[in-house]
Amino acid sequence: MSSTAGRLVTSRSELDLDHPNLEDYLPSGSSINEPRGKLSLRDLLDISPTLTEAAGAIVDDSFTRCFKSNPPEPWNWNIYLFPLWCFGVVVRYCLLFPLRVVTLAFGWIIFLSLFIPVNALLKGQDRLRKKIERVLVEMICSFFVASWTGVVKYHGPRPSIRPKQVYVANHTSMIDFIVLEQMTAFAVIMQKHPGWVGLLQSTILESVGCIWFNRSEAKDREIVARKLRDHVQGTDNNPLLIFPEGTCVNNNYTVMFKKGAFELDCTVCPIAIKYNKIFVDAFWNSRKQSFTMHLLQLMTSWAVVCEVWYLEPQTIRPGETGIEFAERVRDMISLRAGLKKVPWDGYLKYSRPSSKHSERKQQSFAESILARLEEK
Amino acid sequence: MGNTSSMLTQYDIEEVQSHCHELFEQQEILSLYQRFCQLDRNAKGFISADEFLSVPEFAMNPLSQRLLKMVDGLNFKDFVAFLSAFSAKASLRQKVQLIFKVYDSDCNGKVSFKDIMEVLRDLSGSFMSDEQREEVLRQVLKESGYTSDSFLTVEDFVKIFGSCKPEMDVEIPVD
Repeated sequence: MSSTAGRLVTSRSELDLDHPNLEDYLPSGSSINEPRGKLSLRDLLDISPTLTEAAGAIVDDSFTRCFKSNPPEPWNWNIYLFPLWCFGVVVRYCLLFPLRVVTLAFGWIIFLSLFIPVNALLKGQDRLRKKIERVLVEMICSFFVASWTGVVKYHGPRPSIRPKQVYVANHTSMIDFIVLEQMTAFAVIMQKHPGWVGLLQSTILESVGCIWFNRSEAKDREIVARKLRDHVQGTDNNPLLIFPEGTCVNNNYTVMFKKGAFELDCTVCPIAIKYNKIFVDAFWNSRKQSFTMHLLQLMTSWAVVCEVWYLEPQTIRPGETGIEFAERVRDMISLRAGLKKVPWDGYLKYSRPSSKHSERKQQSFAESILARLEEK
Repeated sequence: MGNTSSMLTQYDIEEVQSHCHELFEQQEILSLYQRFCQLDRNAKGFISADEFLSVPEFAMNPLSQRLLKMVDGLNFKDFVAFLSAFSAKASLRQKVQLIFKVYDSDCNGKVSFKDIMEVLRDLSGSFMSDEQREEVLRQVLKESGYTSDSFLTVEDFVKIFGSCKPEMDVEIPVD
């Protein structure tokens, strides 16, 4: 590693959206910017462009649209379809659900009865232990997928374990991880969750290699960036899977990718995931449901159908910044999975935009006023 | 229609329509209701300031704090009435009245030099000094026959805007 590539440049604020073309995405109805001759009282008092932008945002905005879960249209509203639907409910809850719970329990029993001994007994022989644990984790994930009657179609070459490579995918729910993990044991970077999920994270996922982050801590970014670097350099670590959106999005849109994954000096292999909404809406709206409820919902639906595309590995081009690289990969993933791109940082779900954006608007307003003042 | 159930009756829609002076179609009111329920996360019947600010496009707007004072805590009927000024069918007077209300933050029916200065400060931030703002305002006021001690009323605003309607239309997406 050359000395110039040593330090990751991380910005101070969590929400540093230094994306060059943010203004291109937003409605540019602002006529404040057009200098039109001498300034009159009417021009100064006319705040209508700014008001219109605000009202437009109140009425509809592209950010909220990303996190809207669309409830399926009710189709059971007449006398023929309603009994059919009732029958379906009975089948799903009383037949499929118990079967699935049993399958899952069975899978867990096998997994734990193999995992715990292997973990304890093979403490000395790390390589063998890791190999077996990898296989076991893939197995339990397959059981999970079976418990939702998951039908997953994989396209493209399977990931291989190679150093200096990172996998990125769009994020819809935590089950993304399970769907991908059943094919290849990835190491993953995740937000630490409470409850039983957290327990799973600290025990089983530790074995495949996991990096934790904490959204609420400001310094966290630098620590995580360092951990990422260390992991990717290691030859024996599982390939790292990163969800650069940083949050779950409703599988119709992609929010901006965080550049952290793209500044690690390694190949980035994009993965696109698209769920078929006819069967179930796999979007995990973490504001509305806990993960347990989400899983239960999946286990009482007919099936989880999705497609996974492993896309061509990409490297950063000379002269390309991390952000441009991230956007290029986002283009690839969005195109493949049929998702629309929006220019928002997913973390805006949890906090307010930085004042930089309103300052930009203020600056252009001030400049146009002062410019027009000059014109006599 | 105090509580936000997810269905609006025909009666409710007509009540809202008359409250906003028939400026919205029934379909638009239904869309606005969907949006209202989306923003009002725990179905309290109004949208809190925090929920408005969770829309990043709104939070980034320089006038967001002023508008927040006007829309915070509104129930659905008043929410639609507020937005009715942005309908393409709204008259010049209705649009100018909303602009006036944004300036007249103390709601005393008069807009003073200070009031306009405050809005200018919101719009230009730290990129203009107070002196520059005062100078600009004094100059344009003088050219239109007002002084820095004048108080502008709604009628003055209507006169200033003349016959040219401000471009203040927002389309309600109807799906």
